[in-house]
Amino acid sequence: MTDLDTLERDLIAQVEAAADEPALEAVRVAALGKKGSVSDLLKTLGSMTPEERKARGPLINGLRDRVQGALGARREALAEAGLEARLAAERVDVTLPVREAPELGGRIHPISQVIDEITAIFADMGFSVAEGPDIETDELNFTALNFPPGHPAREMHDTFFLAPDRNGQRKVLRTHTSPVQIRTMRAEAPPIRVIIPGRTYRHDSDQTHTPMFHQVEGLVIDRSANIANLKWVLEEFCKAFFEVENVKMRFRPSFFPFTEPSAEVDIQCSRKGGEIRFGEGEDWLEILGCGMVHPNVLRNCGLDPDGIQGFAFGVGIDRIAMLKYGMPDLRPFFEADVRWLDHYGFRPLDVPSLVGGLTG
Amino acid sequence: MKFTLSWLKDHLDTEASLDTIAETLTRIGLEVEGIADKAAELKPYVVAKVLTAEQHPNADRLRVCTVDAGDGQPLQVVCGAPNARAGMTSVFAPPGTYVPGKNITLAVGHIRGVESRGMLCSGAELGLGDDHDGILDLPGDAPVGQPYAAYAGLDDPVIEINLTPNRPDCTSIHGIARDLAATGIGTLKHGPLPPVRGEGPCPVPVRLVFDPADRNLCPLFALRLVRGVRNGPSPAWMQARLRAIGLRPINALVDITNYMTFDRGRPLHVFDAAKVSGGLQVRRAQAGEAIKALDGRTYALTDDAVVIADGRGVESIAGIIGGEASGCDESTVDVLIESALWDPTNIAQTGRRLGVITDARYRFERGVDPAFTLPGLDMATRLVLDLCGGIPTQPVVAGEPPEVERIIDFPWTEVRRLAGIELSRAEMKVTLETLGFHVAGTGDRVKVLSPSWRPDIEGKADLVEEIIRIAGLDRIEPKPLPRLAAAVAKPVLTVIQRRTRAAKRALASRGLMEAVTWSFIPHDDAVLFGGGGPSLALANPIASDLSDMRPSLVPGLLRAAQRNADRGYPDVALFEVGQCFADDQPEGQTIRAAAVRRATAGHAGSGRHWDGASESVDVFEAKADALALVAALGIPTGGLQVVPGGPAWLHPGRSATLQFGPKNPVGHFGEIHPRVAKALDLKGTLVGFEIVLDALPPPKYRPTKVKPALALSEFQPISRDFAFVVARDVPAGDVVRAAQAAERKLIAGIDVFDIYEGTGIPEGSKSVAIAVRLQPVEKTLTDAEIEAVSARIVAEVSRKTGASLRS
Repeated sequence: MTDLDTLERDLIAQVEAAADEPALEAVRVAALGKKGSVSDLLKTLGSMTPEERKARGPLINGLRDRVQGALGARREALAEAGLEARLAAERVDVTLPVREAPELGGRIHPISQVIDEITAIFADMGFSVAEGPDIETDELNFTALNFPPGHPAREMHDTFFLAPDRNGQRKVLRTHTSPVQIRTMRAEAPPIRVIIPGRTYRHDSDQTHTPMFHQVEGLVIDRSANIANLKWVLEEFCKAFFEVENVKMRFRPSFFPFTEPSAEVDIQCSRKGGEIRFGEGEDWLEILGCGMVHPNVLRNCGLDPDGIQGFAFGVGIDRIAMLKYGMPDLRPFFEADVRWLDHYGFRPLDVPSLVGGLTG
Repeated sequence: MKFTLSWLKDHLDTEASLDTIAETLTRIGLEVEGIADKAAELKPYVVAKVLTAEQHPNADRLRVCTVDAGDGQPLQVVCGAPNARAGMTSVFAPPGTYVPGKNITLAVGHIRGVESRGMLCSGAELGLGDDHDGILDLPGDAPVGQPYAAYAGLDDPVIEINLTPNRPDCTSIHGIARDLAATGIGTLKHGPLPPVRGEGPCPVPVRLVFDPADRNLCPLFALRLVRGVRNGPSPAWMQARLRAIGLRPINALVDITNYMTFDRGRPLHVFDAAKVSGGLQVRRAQAGEAIKALDGRTYALTDDAVVIADGRGVESIAGIIGGEASGCDESTVDVLIESALWDPTNIAQTGRRLGVITDARYRFERGVDPAFTLPGLDMATRLVLDLCGGIPTQPVVAGEPPEVERIIDFPWTEVRRLAGIELSRAEMKVTLETLGFHVAGTGDRVKVLSPSWRPDIEGKADLVEEIIRIAGLDRIEPKPLPRLAAAVAKPVLTVIQRRTRAAKRALASRGLMEAVTWSFIPHDDAVLFGGGGPSLALANPIASDLSDMRPSLVPGLLRAAQRNADRGYPDVALFEVGQCFADDQPEGQTIRAAAVRRATAGHAGSGRHWDGASESVDVFEAKADALALVAALGIPTGGLQVVPGGPAWLHPGRSATLQFGPKNPVGHFGEIHPRVAKALDLKGTLVGFEIVLDALPPPKYRPTKVKPALALSEFQPISRDFAFVVARDVPAGDVVRAAQAAERKLIAGIDVFDIYEGTGIPEGSKSVAIAVRLQPVEKTLTDAEIEAVSARIVAEVSRKTGASLRS
C-alpha cells in the first residue's frame, strides 16, 4: 500500500466520522486547505520531472477529487440529516381546533331568506318589488281598499292606531301590505306586475299570532289578467317555492273587501310524524288568499274596471317559511335567540337563485 | 254557523251523502269547519234497565245495581247517583267506553271492594248539557239495548261552517240549502208561505222616534199580539235541534224565536204583553239608561244604542238582546212578537261596545233580508199558533223596507273576461236563477235583479263570483301569464332593495346573526335613542313594552343580546336590517343596518381558545363592521369621514360619526354609553354601529361597464417609516391625512403601524409610527428625491399637527 492510499483511507475515514458541519470543515481544511495534506502533495507536482509528474499527477489529482467528492457527499448527508431533525422539531399538533370562519358562523334570518326566494321566483315571471311605509293612512289601509265604514278591522282590538294628528286623523300600522297596491296603481300606469313583501301589524297575540308579522302581496294589472292566469301564477309559485314537481291546490270561494271574486287557497299535503310534505297526502292546508281586484278598488285608483283588470294575492311569509322549513312556532321568529337563529337561519353565502336552486 | 243534517234536509230534497254535502259546501265557499257525529261518538252507550239496586256494603252513598243492557245477562254496576233505583230505565256504558264528560275510559274495577262492570250515566257524563243531578231517567218504554244516541234523536250529524261576513243569507239553513240546490245536488223545499190572517188590530201602538238623519237605524218595525197562548216546553223535535247546535231550550215562545233565527236567518223578539206598559217606542237610548238583559247582565247604555222602550223604560236592546223584565216565561198568556230591521253598522258597533255576542246581533250586523220581515213575522206566528195556541191580531207596521237598486246590466262575456273560463249561457242563467236572481232579456247583455237576501251583490264582478263559485273554481284551467315582453327578464330590484339585501349578506359574512326584532319598543328605550315623541306612540299598544315605534334598531338588538346572555350565551353578535321611524310620514321611515357585539364576540372569534383567548370587544370591532358594510355595498369609502363623537347613547370618547361631509352623516359606531347600559339593565361590554342605508350616496351613473384602465408601474415601490411625537389628543387620522397631503403623486399608501406612550415619550404625548409607501411612476427615485419627499412629509405633519420627529 502506498502512502497515498494510506492518506486517502485516512481522510475518507475522517470525512465519514465528521459529525457536523464544523468538523467536516476542519477535515476539509486539513486536507484541501492552504496547508492541507492533499494541497501539500499537489504543490510537490511543480518540482517533479515530467516523467514523475506523468506518473504521480493522476494519482494525486485522483486523490484530491475523491476527497472532494466524499466531502460533498458528506455535506449533503449532514444537511439532509439536519433538515430531518429540524422538521422533527417543528412538528405541531394539527388536530388542534381552528377558529370558526366568520362567514360560517353568521346567519341570515329565515324571513330574509324566504323573501329572497320569493323575489327570485316572481322576478322570473316579470314581477318587480314594490314597498310602502309601515305607518299608513286609514284611507290607504282601508277606505281605498273598499273596507266599508264601521268594518270591524277598523276597531282598536284589531288594528294598531297612532295618536290622532292635528286634523284628528289617526294613522294606523298597516294591517296588510295591500295599501301598497293602491300606492302602486296610483303611481304607475298598467301593465303592473309587482310583489310587495313587508312587515304588517295586527292587534293579536297568542300561540299562533304575533302583533307583527310579514306578508307578501302580489298584484297584476293589465287588460286581460284573469283567474286562469292567477291560478297558473300561484301553482307555479308553489311548485318553485316548495321545490316539488307537483302541487295540488284547492281554490275555495271566499271573501275579502278588496277582491271580487275572491278565493282562499289550500294546498294538499301529508303530515307524518310532524313533518309536512307537499304534493302528496290527504290534508288541506290554507296558505293564501287571492282574487280579482275589486272594481271599487280600481275606481279608487282612477282605473276603469271595464277596461282594466287584474288580480291580487297575499301570502304570510312567516307562515310559508314555517311550512317549508318546519319551524313549529311563530313567536321565536322575533326573539333573536341565537340558538334558534343558528339552527333555523341560513349561511350568508347561500343566496337563493333560480340558476343554482333556492336551497342548496 | 251550525246546523244538523236532518234540519238541512228539511229545506233540501237530496239523496247526496253527508260527505258529498260537506265537500260541496266547501267548494262553493261555505267552508266546512267540522262535522260532529254524536251517533258515532256515543255508539257504546245503550238504553238499559236497572233490575236491582241494593245498598253498597262498605259505602253509604253507593249502590250496587244489576243492569240489563239488552243481552239478558245481568251486569253488576256500582253507582253513586242518588236517583239510582230498581226498575228505572237509564243509559249504560260497558268497560272500554270513553266518557267525554269525565275524559276517562272505563275499565272493570272494584269500588270499595265490590266489582263494577261498567257505568250508569248522567247527561253530563255523555257531554250533553250540565245536568249533574243523577243518572239519566228515561221513560219506561225506552227500548232496552238500543243505542242511546238513536233513541234520543242524537244521531243527526252537526255540520259547522265558517261563514264569510258577506253572506248573511247563509246564516239561515234555508239559505244554505238554496246554495246547495244551485249546485244540482238537490232541490230547495218550502215555497212562499200564505200570510197569517189576524183578528183585529194590534192594541199596542208602535212609534219610531228618530231624527230624519237617523231613519236608517230602524227602517221597518212590525209587531203582533197573540192572545191566549199556553207557553211550556217546546216539542222534543225542536228541543233536539236546538240542543244539537248548542242552544239551551227555554220555553216554546223563546225557542220559536231561536228556531226562526237559524231556520230562516230571521231573528225575532217576544215580549210578554202583560209586562209591557203602554205603546212601544223605538229610539236611541238616552245616556244613563240601563237594562238588565236576558243573559242576566246589566248594560249601561249611551245614545249610540237603539232600544225598544215602553212606558216604564228600555225593554230591549234593538237587534241584540231582550230585557229580562218583559221576557216570556211559563206564565205568559199574551205575547207580542217583534220582527224588525236594524242598521248593520249600528248593531255591530253597539254589540262591540257592550261586549255582547248573540245570534241576533250576528245576523243583523251582516244584514237580514228586508223582504222577509213580514213573512218572518207570519211564520213565527204560525209556529206560536201550532205549538202554543192563541189568537193573533193583525200586525202593526211602522216604517217601510228600504229601497235598494238591485238591477245589474250584465254581459255574459264578463265571466270569460274575469275568470278565464267559457261557460254556456244556459248554465250561467240556471245558476243565477236557482240562487234567486231574476234574469231578464236575451242576447249578450241581460238585466239581472239580485234577490233581497243578497246585500253583498253590487255589480258584475259579484255575479261572476256567483256563477263560478257554483260552477266550481276547479273547472278553471290555469293559463300561463304571458311575459310582458319577448325578452330576457330585466333586473327588478331598486338601489335600496339591492343594498338592503347586500347589507344582510355582508354583515352575516362577518359572523353576525340576523335578528328580526319588534318595530315597537318600550317608551323609555325610544327616548334614550332619540325617539319617543307623541306622533309615534301607539294609541293601543298590545303590551306596555311594545308601545313606541322605534327610532333605532340598536335598543332592540341590545335587549336581545342581554336576553341571550341571561340564557347563558354571553358572546353574541347580532345585526338587523330594517325600518326605523322619525315621524309618522312615509319620508320619516328609513331603512337602517345595525349590529351589536357583546362580550368577546369579535370578528375573529369569541371566548377562550388554545391560541389565545379573545379580548373583550371594543369600538374598533364596531368600526370594522361599519366600514366593511359600506365597502361591501360598493360605495367608495375615500370620502367617508370618521368624526370622533356620536349620539348620546354612545360613549363620548369611544364613538364616532360616519359622514360624507358635514352635511351628510350616514351613521355612528362606538361603545354603548354606560348610562344607557344601566338604564336598559345591560351587563358586559357592548359595542355597535348603525348606518342609515337611505343616506348613503347613490351609485354614480356610468354609461358603460368598462373599468378604468389599469396603470402598472414598472419601478419597485419603496417604503419609509416615520415616528411622530404628537399631543395625545391629536387623532392619528390627522397625522395620516397630513402626510398624504405632503405628496399627492408618489404616495401609494400609508399604514399606522405603532402607537406608543410611555418611557422616552414626554408626558401628554404619544408616538404615532407610520409607514409610507412610495410608488415611482416615471423612473427609479434617487436618494436625494426620496430625502426631499421625506422632508416634505415631516414638515407637513409638523405644521398641521404640531408633531416632531421622534429621535
